[in-house]
Formats: sequence, structure tokens, C-alpha cells
Amino acid sequence: MAHTHGDSEHHIIPLAVYLKVFAALIFLTVITVWVTRFDFGAFNAVVAFFIATVKASLVLGFFMHLKYDNMMNRVIFFSGVFFLILLYFFCYVDEATRIIEKSTL
Amino acid sequence: MSTAKTRTHHHAHHYESATHEYDTSKQGMWLFLVTEILMFGGLFVGYAYFHHIFPEIFKIGSTFTDWRLGAANTVVLLFSSLTMALGIYYTQMNDRSKARLMLLITILCGAVFMVIKYFEYSHKIHLGLMPGSWYTADAQAVLEHAKEKFPGLTEIPSNLPLYFSFYYMMTGLHGIHVMIGMGLIFWIWLRMGRGWYGKDHYTGVEGVGLFWHLIDLIWIYLFPLLYLVT
Repeated sequence: MAHTHGDSEHHIIPLAVYLKVFAALIFLTVITVWVTRFDFGAFNAVVAFFIATVKASLVLGFFMHLKYDNMMNRVIFFSGVFFLILLYFFCYVDEATRIIEKSTL
Repeated sequence: MSTAKTRTHHHAHHYESATHEYDTSKQGMWLFLVTEILMFGGLFVGYAYFHHIFPEIFKIGSTFTDWRLGAANTVVLLFSSLTMALGIYYTQMNDRSKARLMLLITILCGAVFMVIKYFEYSHKIHLGLMPGSWYTADAQAVLEHAKEKFPGLTEIPSNLPLYFSFYYMMTGLHGIHVMIGMGLIFWIWLRMGRGWYGKDHYTGVEGVGLFWHLIDLIWIYLFPLLYLVT
């Protein structure tokens, strides 16, 4: 029953895939630390955020089985992400349009 | 092994089938995970907001975190996510003794994470690097330490404790989740020892697994945010 194809709820991911995903996550952790040697200026945070998101996608897709899950669970997850972005967007607009004393460091 | 006895799970009468029950449980878990993402999300957005206004306090504050300890804890949590996933894999394969071993390794990784966190916390508390109004660190000592990385620095901004408020709130809330996760995995480990779970029913293992992976997911963002501020 567990091996029935087309039944996405009971898809079993092979052991080798889990090990490859883990190896990729460790590699990306090394990259996370390694990139701090370089100064991309204002893009430092963007680079760090991008690598973290690649790692998060691997955890979500394979360890949390979202890649093989039904559409409803994906919609639920992305609705959370959407409202988080919405919260960030309005906070950013608020902060960026204020006149405040900026840091000097 | 003590797992010789196998218990059969019968789905509740208001579900059409076992798959229907499994899907419903997992959907509920994902809805819960979204509330978790939004709870941590508030802290992340707060961090981004104040980091944009006062970047210097985040740069100075992060010199008091040791990236090597943060990286070690990242590897520990990633490995625990692998063993959690393998715990589900072996349950699906109907191999309960291997699945229980994987769950036990996952709990141990959680414990290692908390021990490393304990050493980090006690070091900061010893220096008086506490959140908000509890901050008692010696201004001169903090300046000397920060000057190693920022030689041009002449004084420590008075709102530096804000960094530590974020540090303790984010890692503290995360740490509470690690401990709750360890407790939940232990509960699954116990139940599996009594013969529950197997290839036809592993809803509990999957649900607790999803919770554990979310903890890993949040740490993936916390590590660069708190330890590698540039």
C-alpha cells in the first residue's frame, strides 16, 4: 500500500535522497560562513538571506515532504509566508519614509 | 527487542478512510506551523526594522557571539533533521527498532544543542550582556572588545542592549521549541516501544517530525542573523 504510485500522501523518499539533501545542507552551511569573508556592501544581508532560503527550501521540500505533498498544504504554507512578507513590507515602508537620525558607523 | 507486539490503529469513525484521517491530521499540523512561522516572523520583522535604523548595535552585539558555536549548533540541528526524517523513513519501512534508534539520536542532538546554548548564555550573562534594562556590562570592556573588529569606534551606543533583547528573545523562544520538540519525540519513542506506529499508520511520527524540521528551519535563518552580522 505504501508503495502505491500516484498516491502522493504515502510517497516514500529513498534513503539516498535524504543523505544527498543532508550533504547539500552541510555544504551550504560552509558557504554561509565562507561568504562573510567578502563584503558585498548593502547586499551582504541579501546574500545571507538567499543562501538561508535555499537551505530552507531543501528542508521544506524533502525533510518536510512538501515536494510530494498535496496542493492544500503548500497553499497553507505559502499563505503564512505571504502574510509575513506583507507585515515586512508595511514595516519597511513605515521605516523608510520616516526622517530619523541615521547611524554613523 | 521490546517492539515485538504490534498494535493496530483504527481510524476514527468520522473519517472515510485511514488516508483521510492522515491527511486531515497533517493539514492541521501545517496550519499550526503557519502560526509558528508568523510568531517567529514578528521577531524577524522587528529585527529587520531595528537593524535598518541602528545597524551599528547589531554589528557590535554580534562580536559577542562566537560563529564557531553557532555553526556547530547549525550542523547538530541539520543532522537531527536528517535522523528525524530517517525515523519516519524506517517507520514507513516497518522497522521500528531502527526508527526508535533514529528518534533517540534526534533527542540527543537536541540535548547537545541546548548544552552549547547553555555555555553561550552563561558567558554572556557573566559579562552582564543582558537584554534591555537588565544590561549591566562594563562600558569600557565592551568598547575594548568591539574595537578589535571596529578600530575606529570611540563609544558604545547607549541602545546596544536592544541587540541582546533580540538575541535572547529569538534564541530563547527557539530554545523552548527545541525542548518541547525533544519531549514530543520522546513521547513518540515511548509509544513506538509499546508497539504503536508502522507502515500503515505513522501520523504521529510525521506530525512531530514536521514540528522538529520547523525548529531547524528557523535556526537556518537565526544563525546568519545573530552570528554573522556584517
